[in-house]
Amino acid sequence: MRKTKYLAAALLLSSTVTASANEELMSMMDDPNQWVIQTGDYANQRYSELDQINKDNVGDLQVAWTFSTGVLRGHEGSPLVIGDVMYVHTPFPNIVYALDLTQEGKIIWKYEPKQDPDVIPVMCCDTVNRGVAYADGKIFLHQADTTVVALNAETGAVEWSVMNGDASVGETNTATVLPVGDKVIVGISGGEFGVRGSVTAYSIADGSQVWRAYSMGPDSDILVDPEMTTHLGEPVGVDSGLNTWEGDQWKIGGGTTWGWYSYDPDENLVYYGTGNPSTWNPAQRPGDNRWSMTIMARDADTGMAKWFYQMTPHDEWDFDGINEMILTDQEIDGVERKLLTHFDRNGLGYTLDRITGELLVAEKFDPAVNWTTGVDMDPNSDTYGRPAVVAEYSTEQNGEDVNSTGICPAALGSKDQQPAAYSPETQLFYVPTNHVCMDYEPFRVSYTAGQPYVGATLAMYPAPDSHGGMGNFIAWDNTKGEIAWSLPEQFSVWSGPLATAGDVVFYGTLEGYLKAVDSNTGEELYRFKTASGIIGNVMTYTHDDKQYIAILSGIGGWAGIGLAAGLTNPNDGLGAVGGYAALSDYTALGGQMTVFALPD
Amino acid sequence: MRNYALLLGTAALMSIGQAALAQDVANTDAAYSEDGRYYNDEDIPTFNINDEGAVDWLTYSGFRRYHSECHVCHGPEGEGSSYAPALKNSALEMDYYDFVDVVVNGRQRINAAENSVMPSFGDNPNVMCYLDDIYVYLRARGVEAVPRGRPGAKEAKSDVIREDENACLG
Repeated sequence: MRKTKYLAAALLLSSTVTASANEELMSMMDDPNQWVIQTGDYANQRYSELDQINKDNVGDLQVAWTFSTGVLRGHEGSPLVIGDVMYVHTPFPNIVYALDLTQEGKIIWKYEPKQDPDVIPVMCCDTVNRGVAYADGKIFLHQADTTVVALNAETGAVEWSVMNGDASVGETNTATVLPVGDKVIVGISGGEFGVRGSVTAYSIADGSQVWRAYSMGPDSDILVDPEMTTHLGEPVGVDSGLNTWEGDQWKIGGGTTWGWYSYDPDENLVYYGTGNPSTWNPAQRPGDNRWSMTIMARDADTGMAKWFYQMTPHDEWDFDGINEMILTDQEIDGVERKLLTHFDRNGLGYTLDRITGELLVAEKFDPAVNWTTGVDMDPNSDTYGRPAVVAEYSTEQNGEDVNSTGICPAALGSKDQQPAAYSPETQLFYVPTNHVCMDYEPFRVSYTAGQPYVGATLAMYPAPDSHGGMGNFIAWDNTKGEIAWSLPEQFSVWSGPLATAGDVVFYGTLEGYLKAVDSNTGEELYRFKTASGIIGNVMTYTHDDKQYIAILSGIGGWAGIGLAAGLTNPNDGLGAVGGYAALSDYTALGGQMTVFALPD
Repeated sequence: MRNYALLLGTAALMSIGQAALAQDVANTDAAYSEDGRYYNDEDIPTFNINDEGAVDWLTYSGFRRYHSECHVCHGPEGEGSSYAPALKNSALEMDYYDFVDVVVNGRQRINAAENSVMPSFGDNPNVMCYLDDIYVYLRARGVEAVPRGRPGAKEAKSDVIREDENACLG
């Protein structure tokens, strides 16, 4: 009851004083009994102070209750808990349920938007959605068709809705949104359809557009100050989003923004990454293709960029840079600094100073990574900050219509969007990874609005000369750039873990297991096989002083496409065909939430 | 453009009359060839593997185009995904004209259990100019004449195929 009153008070307060939404939301994030944002907090740490479930008793964990979502496709993201209400979302058609935790999950309201089904096939890689957000008494849903809708948290009534993009040209959405201050910040998908990526801020009060920053194009579109916005400490200069492209390719240049967003309230900076330049055939887009593949720091109120860091200039492998930015305050080289840590698709774990954008660490977080020998860390070098590309694995240097073989990682990256967690106690990052390599053959494609614009043939297979599995769950030291421990997994780990003060880290697997491991050693403490494969993220909350762990099951997403039938290694010869595990031997479609607790 | 407009017209016309004639046994044997393309005795495009084990150009090209345009939903090598059907089977179960019809016009299955939408590719030259390539590749996969993975040896691309491709892409 305490929490219900708290929520009611918060709703009342916020409805009259919009500017306080930020403080309200931040105080709610500080309360570990609730889970009020997909990422756990603004820093994207996915860490909970709750310790009722801990490494000594987690082995006794039991299923407390379950909930079928009624939808079959890939279930990413997680539920939220605001006070006594749990909010559960689904993939397309993007249903939202409000469940009453005081009445064993009774449905308070259900929202199901009407969307044109034509959006389904223009979503690359399944109809996933990474969840709703909360602020100011509203639940924010960013639908597949790019409708951003604000629902009354108590009733489910639509308070406003706004169209962020145009699905008929391949603009779609899979991501959650980030409420900051009096704005909600949203991204866009469609890099495989030649969409030019952007980030847009809408007013929480009425949905009116406040600012929009494109990933490439004129300075007025990408919201940079040529003198003040920096890249590795140097001003980006005039027309940086144009003069690194040939002709008008930037207009269909990709750099979409479908990942996770984080926020530093002290700096008032929003952090996110941009996706692959389009097409996947590098020969069709000479130049560095700025600002695709870039970590961005922007002022939350104006969208103006403070700094950029382009990780993979002129991408040749589809290594989208959209993975989450995890914000921590740690000592590095004897100095206490405000850090940003990012595990990129390209297989490098980056640690930067998040105020200045200075690059501090860039190291491989999977030893299989071979496309680069490493990043030039010498500030005086002409190639400072650039990865040294290995010619053998360069699809640009090998050219169109040539099959480059044995590239690690594969296009899905050493890690995709599945967000990592961080424990301030162990100062380790817990990273769900892919251990998959590829052959990649680029070729010329023509652009048609609303049609796929890919331009490469890929074959993927488990990393050779390794444990034969397609994933690892690793613990990473971001100050040293070293793996602390690594757990081999049969399939890619496509679930966002949760670290807790109970010295436990939880994560899901594609077979459908929820696993709990010791946060110091990685020792497995518990596993339970849920109804379907897990590509969702683990969350925790309390109700009536009892701690619960919740996870969405529902196989799908990229993993459900690439791994359903199993992978083969074309370089192994015929004998090995079918020698690798097929996901379809372990799990089938099904959307279900499973909630765990200790026995009474 | 002319090439696939013609194809489209043929497909629409034929699919009405012949929809019921899907073969129980896949007729994949090549009866004759023309300028590097192979056909069965019903004049339907098919794959060919020569005495040296080399696949015909269209099968190889179909492998490439499939993995560019179809793979992101239907999984590697026509094997299907968690939600989209295995096209290596569809290419055997559906007759050629039905297959073409679905690719050109798309199809929807929207109900309580399914949210499946095959888009219309009729306007997409990256698909339409390679429809036969993709079809024969999938048929070859369906009868396992071509294993998973990248086809090995292949016949050279004929001048006619190259000219047709250039004309179609415009």
